[in-house]
Amino acid sequence: MTTDSNAGHARIDATIASRREMSWAQSVTRTQPFWVAIAILFIGFVMMQVSDVFMTERNMFNVARNFAFFGIMALGMTAVICTAGIDLSVGSLMGLAGIVTGMVMQAGWGIGVGFLACMATAATVGLINGALIAYLRMAPFVVTLGMLAMARSIAMVASNNKMIYEFGPDQDILEWIGGASVLGVPNPIWVLAILTAVFWWAYNYSTWGRWVFAVGGNAQAARLAGIPVERVVVSVYVISSLTAGVAAFMMIGWFGSVTNALGQTYELNVIAASVIGGANLMGGVAYALGAPIGAALMELIRNSLLLAGIDALWQQFFVGLFLIIAVLLEQIRNRGRS
Amino acid sequence: MSVLQLRGVSKSFGAIQALTGVDLTVERGQALGLMGDNGAGKSTLMKIIAGNFAPTSGEIALDGVTVHFGRPIEARRLGVEIVYQDLALCDNLTAAGNVFLGRELKKRLGPIAWLDHAAMNTRAGELFAELKSETRPRDLVRQMSGGQRQAVAIARTRLSDPKIVLMDEPTAAISVRQIKEVLDLIHRLKETGHAVILVSHRMPDVFAVCDRVAVLRRGALVADKPIANSSPEEVTGLITGAIAAA
Repeated sequence: MTTDSNAGHARIDATIASRREMSWAQSVTRTQPFWVAIAILFIGFVMMQVSDVFMTERNMFNVARNFAFFGIMALGMTAVICTAGIDLSVGSLMGLAGIVTGMVMQAGWGIGVGFLACMATAATVGLINGALIAYLRMAPFVVTLGMLAMARSIAMVASNNKMIYEFGPDQDILEWIGGASVLGVPNPIWVLAILTAVFWWAYNYSTWGRWVFAVGGNAQAARLAGIPVERVVVSVYVISSLTAGVAAFMMIGWFGSVTNALGQTYELNVIAASVIGGANLMGGVAYALGAPIGAALMELIRNSLLLAGIDALWQQFFVGLFLIIAVLLEQIRNRGRS
Repeated sequence: MSVLQLRGVSKSFGAIQALTGVDLTVERGQALGLMGDNGAGKSTLMKIIAGNFAPTSGEIALDGVTVHFGRPIEARRLGVEIVYQDLALCDNLTAAGNVFLGRELKKRLGPIAWLDHAAMNTRAGELFAELKSETRPRDLVRQMSGGQRQAVAIARTRLSDPKIVLMDEPTAAISVRQIKEVLDLIHRLKETGHAVILVSHRMPDVFAVCDRVAVLRRGALVADKPIANSSPEEVTGLITGAIAAA
């Protein structure tokens, strides 16, 4: 491996050329999402043997739709976690964005205005989070925890604590977007698939993605390299909020109603999905594919427990357990490397 | 013409006078060893040249043109590159990713631009080959030895063919074998016509690669002479103050 310092440079060149870099298969098997996907296949295989209901179209349809919402939000969360941040406000933001959408459409506006209002609400919350964290150097945990409380409270005040179930002239379109299927696949799954592709592309081929990873790896080095670190940090919180907005918009379409409790405690599942999917809370590591895979694993566990007849009260226990196991595995693998 | 010229550069932080009237010139293809005890003002001087902060008084000229840097990125654009003591690398990116950090190569089709990984890996590979370094562009920096990390940080400075490369304690925290690698890298920079300023505590390194040695003591320049006319004993005396000036 080492080259004698007196050796000819031609030999060094030959050595470098002959040392194969990691093959595609090697680099894939080193990632956490790969092993979580294996776990999903394993659990799926076991459930097929144990339960007759598991592989039915109806059950698969439900599993898929349930995890899509968490997956969409987990995509945004991977970007935040990649910068060594955290966004606790996504669940509350769903409530706020959902209520705003409901109120706007209830007042007679169309689906376009409703969607814009939803996204504008999300973007505003993300901007406030990001600006406080990037420019005032506040801890992400504190800022987004505060926002968790404030966004939920505003949703309660705005809705006057009432459910909204009338969405004006475009109610059918709203319910179609969130609740219908195209080619037998629920719409939220389509959205998740498209967004996953977009995030995958952005993480691997866009300057923004490269900068997000650089900021998470070494913010000071990124700053010295001329990267606008503050703007990158703001951008990830805005994007996390926007994915929460999209999830809220689709979810109220699916439910056909919205209350200010929409998305309560979802932040836990979303963060867990990102982390199980390989995002490292210390920053610098995240996978676009990890978000849907992590969300799928959690939904699969939930569904399996349900089908196995285990009390639903145990669900959160297993979500938490898998979160801890995922982080533990990550640490063990890192120790082995260094 | 001197590639870098400092004229009467002073810097004070409040009541603390960090640098007093420093005059210094560096020529193309020449390495200057900058020495001094802790707190003598070496880092302050480097940071002024690299654009981290502006001098309180005095001026900096590059190729005879007076310049003012507001931020490090402006110094870089004008041909001043710095290798920081901690190297300022992102461990989670590849060698090529670090070399091109902040100036990524892109391909463009209409409004969409994307990273040109192939071109960046090829170019980074060429830079490592020029440095005779056994570093592979696609490897993660996390998995690299100290010498390879230095090579990445140095390769980055060569991306823009800079006028001058500042190196802050490049041999402070690495093994003996790796120190040789780094000194070879500095020789390579000189051969290709770059000016180098090397800040180091290690006397043997300075005497191995530098053409001139400059000594700072309490913010003032007390010596600036060809390395051939000096000796480690004299430089030690100058650093501690046993010899007043040379």
